[in-house]
Order: sequence, then C-alpha cells, then structure tokens
Amino acid sequence: MEVLQLLISGMANGCVYGLVALGFVLIYKATEAVNFAQGDFMMLGAFVTLGLVNPEFMGLNFWVALPIVFVIMGIFGYLLDLFVLRAVFGQNQVAIIILTIALGFILRFVAGLIWGHEPLSLHSPLALGDLRMGELVLGMADVAIIIVTFLLTLLLWQFFQRTKVGLAMQAASQNQMAAYYMGIPVKRIQGLVWALAGIVAAVAGILYASKGAIDPNAGFIGIKAFAAAVIGGFGSLPGALMGGLIVGIIEPFAARYLPAGWSQIAPYALLIGVLLFRPHGLFAQVRVKKV
Amino acid sequence: MRIHFKTSYDHDIRLFQDGWQAFLYAALLALMIALPWLIDDFFLGEATNVLIWSTCGLGLMLLTGQTGQASLGHSAFMAMGCYACVLLMEAGLPFILAFPLGGIITGLIGALIAIPALKLHGVYLAIATLALAILTDDLIVMLEPWTGGVAGKFAPPIYVFGIEINRWSNPTAWYYMALVVVLVVTLFYRNLLRAPMGRAFAAVRDSEISAQAMGVNIARTKTIAFGISAGITGLGGALMGLFAEVFNNETFTFILSIQLLMMIVVGGLGFIHGAFLGAIVIAFLPQVLSIATDSLGSTVAIPGLETGVFGLIMILFILFEPMGLYGRWLKIRTFLELFPFARKDMFRRQKSYLKTERLR
Amino acid sequence: MSLLTLDNVTLKFGGLTAVNKLSMTVNEGEVFALVGPNGAGKSTVFNLISRFYTPVEGKITFDGKDLLKLAPDEVPSLGIARTFQNIELFDQATVLDNLLVGRHRHRKTTLVEQMLHLPSVRREEREHREAVEEVIDFLDLQPYRNKRIAGLPYGVRKVVEMGRALASKPRLLLLDEPASGLSVEETQNMRWWIDDIRRQMGITVLMVEHDMGLVSKVCDRVLALADGAKLAEGTPQEVQNHPAVIEAYLGTGDAA
Repeated sequence: MEVLQLLISGMANGCVYGLVALGFVLIYKATEAVNFAQGDFMMLGAFVTLGLVNPEFMGLNFWVALPIVFVIMGIFGYLLDLFVLRAVFGQNQVAIIILTIALGFILRFVAGLIWGHEPLSLHSPLALGDLRMGELVLGMADVAIIIVTFLLTLLLWQFFQRTKVGLAMQAASQNQMAAYYMGIPVKRIQGLVWALAGIVAAVAGILYASKGAIDPNAGFIGIKAFAAAVIGGFGSLPGALMGGLIVGIIEPFAARYLPAGWSQIAPYALLIGVLLFRPHGLFAQVRVKKV
Repeated sequence: MRIHFKTSYDHDIRLFQDGWQAFLYAALLALMIALPWLIDDFFLGEATNVLIWSTCGLGLMLLTGQTGQASLGHSAFMAMGCYACVLLMEAGLPFILAFPLGGIITGLIGALIAIPALKLHGVYLAIATLALAILTDDLIVMLEPWTGGVAGKFAPPIYVFGIEINRWSNPTAWYYMALVVVLVVTLFYRNLLRAPMGRAFAAVRDSEISAQAMGVNIARTKTIAFGISAGITGLGGALMGLFAEVFNNETFTFILSIQLLMMIVVGGLGFIHGAFLGAIVIAFLPQVLSIATDSLGSTVAIPGLETGVFGLIMILFILFEPMGLYGRWLKIRTFLELFPFARKDMFRRQKSYLKTERLR
Repeated sequence: MSLLTLDNVTLKFGGLTAVNKLSMTVNEGEVFALVGPNGAGKSTVFNLISRFYTPVEGKITFDGKDLLKLAPDEVPSLGIARTFQNIELFDQATVLDNLLVGRHRHRKTTLVEQMLHLPSVRREEREHREAVEEVIDFLDLQPYRNKRIAGLPYGVRKVVEMGRALASKPRLLLLDEPASGLSVEETQNMRWWIDDIRRQMGITVLMVEHDMGLVSKVCDRVLALADGAKLAEGTPQEVQNHPAVIEAYLGTGDAA
C-alpha cells in the first residue's frame, strides 16, 4: 500500500519534471539552444495563472483564464525567440547557456516584484484534496496531474503527427538546411517552438501549483527536470517524459528507504551515472559526426 | 599605432611585446603594490575580494575561454580547495604548504572527474558539472565529521613566515597575500599559453578533429585543462573561505559557479584581462546597487535585485558585446590607434549558421 | 620503396560498403592521387589512414608499421600529416599559432616545465618557431602571420591548412582536395608548391583531387575509385583513358 502511495505521488512529481524536461527538449531539438530558464518559464506560467485566477488578484474563472494563460505564455515564448534568442543563433553554446540562465534570473526577479516572495497557492480546480481508502491516502491532485499529463502527451503526439506546423517542426529539427530548402520558414517555426515550450511550461506550472504553493524560486526544479531530460536522452521527447517520471519516482523512494540526505542526491547521482555509462541518455539513438 | 619590428623568435615568445607595454604593466603592478596607502581598509577588503574572484575566474577561464569547455560546477572545486586547505592546516601543516597542496589535491580530483566527463560535449558537460556542484552542497552536509556540515567551519589563523595574516588586524597583509597568489597564477597561465600545451588547448577548443590529426591527444589535453582549471579555482576557493573566516555548505552553492561563468563572459571570454575585469564587476555590483537603491529612498533590500540586474547585464553583453569588457576595450583602442582610419566592420562578428555540435 | 600500403581494406557503415577490398601502395617520394566521382570513398580512405575509421577487414601499414594499432592522435607521430576537405583550422587562433600546433608532435618539454617557462621550453619554442617561419616563407604567408583565421579568405585558409601539415615535417602528406574552391591562379600556385614539397622537401604526397588538369601535371600515379572499389591505376594518362573510368564518370548510355 505504502509503495503504491509513494509511486503515485512520485509519478505526479515526475509528470511536472517530465513536462518541464519536454520543454527543454522541444527547444533543443528545434533550435539547438538549451533553455536553462525552462523551470522559470514554469514558475512564470504558474504565477500568470495565479494572477488571473486568485481572488486577491483578478479573480477570473479558472476555465476562462486558462486560454488567456496559454496565449500570454505562447506570445512570451515567441517574442523571446524573436528579440533575444535569434540574435545569438549560431553562436557558441556557452553564450546561449549563459543567456538563458540570465533570463531565469530576471524572470525570478520580476516575478518576485509582482507577486512577492511569500509562497502562494493557486485556486485550482485540480486541488481536490485526499481520497482515503483504508490505509491508502491518495492525493487526488496527484491523480489529476497524471491524467492531465497523459492527455497533453497524446495531444502533442497528435500535433506532431497530424498538423502541418507539427510536421514542419519535426522537419526543421532534423535538418534545418534541408527544411529551409523545402520551403519551411525555419525561423518562424523556431519561434513557434518557443511558443509551444511556453505553453507546455504553463501547463507544468499549473500542475505544480495545484500540488502545493508556488514562489519565485520554484523555477529551481528546472534543474531536476534538466537531469530528467538528460537521463531520458536529450534528443527524445518521450525520453524526456520517461526521465521525468524516473526522477520523480526515485525521490520519494530514496527518501523513504535510504539514509537521510540521499533523496536529495539520488536524481543527480543517477544523472551522473547515466552520463558516464550512456552519455546520450537511456532512450536516444546516437549517430557519429562525419568529417 | 605601434609597429613591431621583430628581429628574433623571442619577440613572439616573451611576455610583453615591447618596452612600452612592459612599462604599462609595471606601472599597474606598482599601483597595486601602493594600493594600501591610497585607499582605506574597507576598500582594501573589496580589492582583496576582487583578487580572490580573479583567481577563481582565471581557473574557469582556462577551461572555458581557452579549451572551450563550459563548466557550471566550479563552485565544487572552490569548496574542495577550501576544505582541503583548511583540513590540512588543522592537521598541522603550515599555511604556506597547505595552501598550494590544497590546490594540487583539487586539481588532481578535478582531473579524475574530468576523465569520465570528457566524453561529454557542450551542454552535457554543463549539466554534468551543474549536477556536481549541487551534489557537493549535499556531500558537505553528509560528510559532517570532516566538513562541519551545516554548522560550518572556522578558518584557522594564517601564519606566513611567522607573520599572522588576519583580515581585521592586518588587512594589508591579506591583500598582499591575495596579490601574490593572483600574480603567480597569472604568470603560470601566460606561460601555458605560450607553450605547446596552451596551443593544444586552443586546438581542442576550435576543432577536435584536426587537433587529433595534428597529434593532440584530446582526452589528455582536456583532462589537463580540467585539472589545472580546478586547481586554480581551488586556490581561489581556499582564499575565499579563509577571507570569509566562516564557511559551510552554503558558502559554495552552485549559484557561485553560475556567477563565475557569467563573470568571465562579462569580462571577455578567452582573455586573461577578462577574468580581472569580470571580477571587478562582480565584486562591486552589490555596492553600486545598494548605493543606487539608497539614493532612490528605498530602505528595504529588494530580494533578487542583485541577480536580476546581473542577469540583465549578462543578456545585454551577450547580445551587444559578446567579447566582453575586454573586447570592448580592444575595439576602443584600435579605433583610437587607427583614428581616423578605423572601419566599423573591422570587428564584425562572423556568423556561422548551423555550425552544429549535434551528432547528426 | 613502398611507404604506405593498404591491403584488401574494407569499411562498412551499417549496410553500406564505403570502401570495398581496396589495395594500394604509395611509394616513397612520389605524388599519388585518388580520383573518382563524389561518394566514391576517397575522403573515407584518408579517414581510414588518419584512423578516424577502423576497417572491418584488411591491413594498413606505414613504413612497415601497423597503422591499425594506433589511435588517431598517434598517427602524426609516424610522420603523417593531412588537410581536410572542408578546412578544419583553429578559427580563433592566429596563423602562427595554427602552424605551431603542427609542431605538436615534436614537443619534448613537460607540463611543469612549460608552466614555469624553464630555459628548455624557450629553447624548444625557438626551434618550433624557426621551423614554422620556414613554412611561412615557403608558402608566402608573411602578410597573414599574426592574423586570426576567422576573417581570412578561403584561398588563404587552404594554404594555411597545408602549412600546418607541413610544419609537422611529415614523411607523408595527405591533401584532401587541395585545389577545390581555388581560383585559376591559386591552383597554379598549388601546383608549384606540390612540386616543391616533393622535390625540395622530399615529402611523399597522397592527394584527393577532382581537377584532372592539376592531377595530370603533378602526379606520378593515379588510382580511380568508384563505389569504394578500385577501377583503374596507373599514370594520369592511362587512368584518364581507361574505359571503366570513362564509364564511371560519363556513363555508357546503354547500361545506365
């Protein structure tokens, strides 16, 4: 029973990690930029929702606010690509890594200015309380998170398989030059990928805030999500989700069954292990550069 | 514009291009030596802080600027250097031995860590080193019997040749100690750059394939770069911990490594000067900000302001001056030397499209 | 006397056979060219010799030593230097430093000596620089000596890359398309240089080249490849007039 309980709550955490990791991988595949601020995107998404929904701010109905949040975060992602990331396109990785880390710093600062540094909780319809079945205590929010993540994954999969934009994104991520020659507006597609990453981050943020409180430093879970993305394989979307789940599940089990301190270390130890023995992740195929 | 007539191979080997340049650096050194008489103890402490940051920055610069490997984990090496030095001092070693030994130990550990990390490129290396930095924080807590854990450790008193070096009773001595360390490190750094090893670093940075074809052992070169880089940063970390006098796991958080990386980018990646200029920015930014907020009439500290402003500075630099402060200075100098013949696009960035490091 | 020998070498990428049972011998002191249509496996042969690829079967020997026992970075120590089809220089370094990297295999000082810049290091540096200046003089690179590679024109980079290989004082020089992308004049220069490299410096040259004009002027022997297998071998004229070669380039019309 206890195992099941740990598993569910771990999976719920893992879904949030997985969704943030998904954002990294989306952007990495399409633009080769690594968005170290993806965790802060998630934090921003949560706060934007909170600002629209919570009674002490605008107090909108959640379902009315939801599309507005997606539009705001989508436009945010697109504009960020247009004005900031595009300027460093093709420059070395160090520049892009630092750029996105700096972006995270700024987002954290701005969120702190607007919404303060006290943890706030979101008035979310997913905050459903606990369900008790004998010894088993199930957080309904956890179950809801898992379901929503599952649905979103299906939706994204269909999006990449069926829609024109989705297919163009796939093409651009495999070979930018070839995609460009085939008439795909690669730059606009990259902007749209950033927009999509913003929306996915918003979903992750709402799910995260449904489980507990949110504060400007919540973006730091992005680091764990990063570990998740690498564990799953940086080039693979399903890998990112799986990596997220693995990290999410390991944490509560390590906390329960290993000596104190290990639950903090476990995800990173796993990350280093994966990097040592399968540097390209558990779920990725590797090809070698041609000279 | 000065023209150099080179008459021997030594012209390209020696440290300074000509007498004028040597004179300028000698003047700078004289100024640095005279500094304790020119400024008060508070600013001398700040100057010491700049030198300490410069030492750490030089360490990372060697890895990132010269060898092209981004590390987000150098706070781990700062911590290692600091704990190694202090533990050796507590074991009875005099500071003058414990300090370099701490750096060497950190360098060896760094090289050991590098061996597996070498297989990783760009982003992967950055993430692996970030994980290392986060792990170090937790490890310091877990290794409490040695490290003092969360409660931390007090720096033992430092004696060099019988003189006590204490930042409160003897700030000038502390400053000189940091100055000597930074000078020695800079000299080693320069020596490496003008020797085969330094060129091998650049070769690995710019093209691993052709470096190999020229006989450069990539793994060995990267390991050496990582080791030396970790060692230098370890020395800087030891100075930082000793200067703070009390340190625990939170003294060396991973945020410190991010600051360090940002610092060398602001200063100018790939230039020794860059490490110093970046250190000046990072050491004085908090002061400037607190003066600014005071003058705006704000009495409470705004949390996150420092990192927020620093983030903004970073973004502006990467967008508009990717060569950093030192790169800006080079441009101004060239403009003045060639005036009025400087052309605007002399320093134009070459855009390389789709130069991918992804393996496909 | 044979310097480099490939004996029945085969390389496969997955299902694709890139090099198929290739045997060839490069003699000391000659200029040898590999020709063939795109995708014939010419550069792949270079990458085999550089040890970037390992053949599934066959032997490669250089001066009697088994090359397959070496790692890529150990190959230059035998005296093999190369250039790349798409120029692989150290872009952020100066021309001088690029050439000095070519001297890497001749270094004798240790890391600690270098850090301390002991007299031994300075002595060695002078030797390296003397050798490099000879190459600079030979290739007329004086105007670019202290310029960074990023910003140099294509033709100059091509020459610098050859210079870097020459600076290592090799016995065998591998030139991957030395004349591609060069103007008529630059190609002409390249021709004299290759001649001088062989005559004055006594370096054996193995090159991949499409420009048959250049090949027929500088090469002693030519080997034509198609689909990774040997088509013909002989003097430039023999190979150019070989029916199989003509077929591979032009097609016969009926079979294709």
